[in-house]
Amino acid sequence: MSPTMFLTNADVRKVARLARLAMSETEIETARAQLSGIFDLIAEMQAVDTRGIAPMSHAQDVSQRLREDVVTETSQRELFQSIAPQVEAGLYLVPQVIE
Amino acid sequence: MDNGEEQKRCKGFPLLPSLFTLHPKEMLNATLKQLSAQLAGKKISSVELTQLYLDRIAKLNPALNAYISVNPETSLAQAREADARIAAGTAEALTGIPVAQKDIFCARGWRTTCGSKMLENFIAPYDAHVIWKFNNAGAVNLGKTNMDEFAMGSSNETSYFGVVKNPWDRNAVPGGSSGGAACAVAARLCAAATGTDTGGSIRQPAALCGISGIKPTYGTVSRYGMIAFASSLDQAGPIARSAEDLALMLNVMTGFDERDSTSLPRDKEDYARDLGKPLNGLRIGLPKEFFAEGLAQDVANCVNAAIAEYKKFGATVVDISLPNSRLSVPVYYVLAPAEASSNLSRFDGVRYGYRAPEYSDLTDMYEKTRAQGFGAEVKRRIMIGTYVLSHGYYDAYYLQAQKIRRLIAQDFTEAFKQCDVIMGPTSPSTAFNLGEKGDDPVQMYLSDIYTIAVNLAGLPGMSIPCGFGSNGRPVGLQIIGNYFDEARMLNVAHQYQLVTDWHLRAPTL
Repeated sequence: MSPTMFLTNADVRKVARLARLAMSETEIETARAQLSGIFDLIAEMQAVDTRGIAPMSHAQDVSQRLREDVVTETSQRELFQSIAPQVEAGLYLVPQVIE
Repeated sequence: MDNGEEQKRCKGFPLLPSLFTLHPKEMLNATLKQLSAQLAGKKISSVELTQLYLDRIAKLNPALNAYISVNPETSLAQAREADARIAAGTAEALTGIPVAQKDIFCARGWRTTCGSKMLENFIAPYDAHVIWKFNNAGAVNLGKTNMDEFAMGSSNETSYFGVVKNPWDRNAVPGGSSGGAACAVAARLCAAATGTDTGGSIRQPAALCGISGIKPTYGTVSRYGMIAFASSLDQAGPIARSAEDLALMLNVMTGFDERDSTSLPRDKEDYARDLGKPLNGLRIGLPKEFFAEGLAQDVANCVNAAIAEYKKFGATVVDISLPNSRLSVPVYYVLAPAEASSNLSRFDGVRYGYRAPEYSDLTDMYEKTRAQGFGAEVKRRIMIGTYVLSHGYYDAYYLQAQKIRRLIAQDFTEAFKQCDVIMGPTSPSTAFNLGEKGDDPVQMYLSDIYTIAVNLAGLPGMSIPCGFGSNGRPVGLQIIGNYFDEARMLNVAHQYQLVTDWHLRAPTL
């Protein structure tokens, strides 16, 4: 039996937390109903016998290329920081995390 | 221009005189090759051609919403450079041609939104590989086209920038996620366009808008600078009005790029090289699963009529089976959200993009930024992906889906032992109405049932127009090829377009 058949509001709340998505209680309830429908769709997979089948992570069987450890880009700090929400003295600003 | 070929192409249709100056209306319907000849022959300048399209966009885009951003000054500056290049005799096939770029491709200096509030004010600081290729070819970037948010959708209804209307019927969706691109090509708001296809996002909107589109073999077009949705499935490709135009676009877009770790090192090829080959002896595989319950009768009729046309060329039909293709939708809705949840974790309100105006601490900033910056469908998929990758469920979902993905790919390998190309419908129905499937994600997901397996297998797939349904909306024929067999698929499509006129039909606007 698929574990998702028991999807609860607490499950949805936990996933929202892991995904860093703020959700109201109403949104949690809506999400639970919709995710349950989607997991019913996905449940069809569970019955398939895949013993001995290797997982396919990429369409072509290619190995990761290696490259020389050389500089290919020049520093563009000012350009990149010009599109940041909040910067000061060349640094990205976030709320304080260390007291 | 080869006049014999021209005569042959236009057999039965008004001959477009390539040696004479075309009228503006003919210019809008001209092939890329004809436009190139007009530019080379100084019958029109790139500036004039670009202005022709910009004027049309200004007139029609408010109703159709195909473009998110147009920047006439930037486009016209590119057109002036193209004209200088044409005058200097260093023009290439697409020099001076106005091309619409899907708003998923970063283009330096252009707002690049990916259809999301998260990137509403994001000015890309660099060019995607695809954009760089078009710039080098001297093409004009005509604007950035509307799309489902982060390419997640099949109707273009998830865009933060509003729905796109289907130019054939404004009550209908254009398909998605490359809905703006498909609309722009069908409505003659560009000469050709780029799209991306993760589960059908080039082929399905091409079908629903009555135009042509191809998703090449995974790894053929670099993903560098193309905002990532599901990296093992995402593939860029062109959307245009004919197979011949698609070939010229692919010639520009493809090629190895070391900045994309999944880019395949292959020799450069000319995708137009086989367009003229005869089709006698071609073996067409028809998967019984693509013609089963769930396929609308009017779509089936058009597809069957197209296959009958191929038999006249001397092609033979082989019944095949893709037994695991029924699992494509469930497998896709595990793998794509899983990869998306990882890819979209970068949108955290720190280095670029939207940041919530008020928050109490860092976690609160992340959570509110993402809750406010992402739309409902994107959040839904991030939730699915986070869940299937979370502790205790990885084997049951993600790993199981990856194993079934191999079974789906093996079905195609078996099928291609018996046939050269596979044909079937692109979409189970013609374009549905705006709002029709908005509240039911599962119904929306099932509209990609014939396209998804191709992405999972990494194969090339295309859609060409093959008729109209009972409601007057276009129908697409899907052609699936073996790995790296794009030139043959384009040949197969081109020969059909030499004897039919579905691809020449234009919506009344």
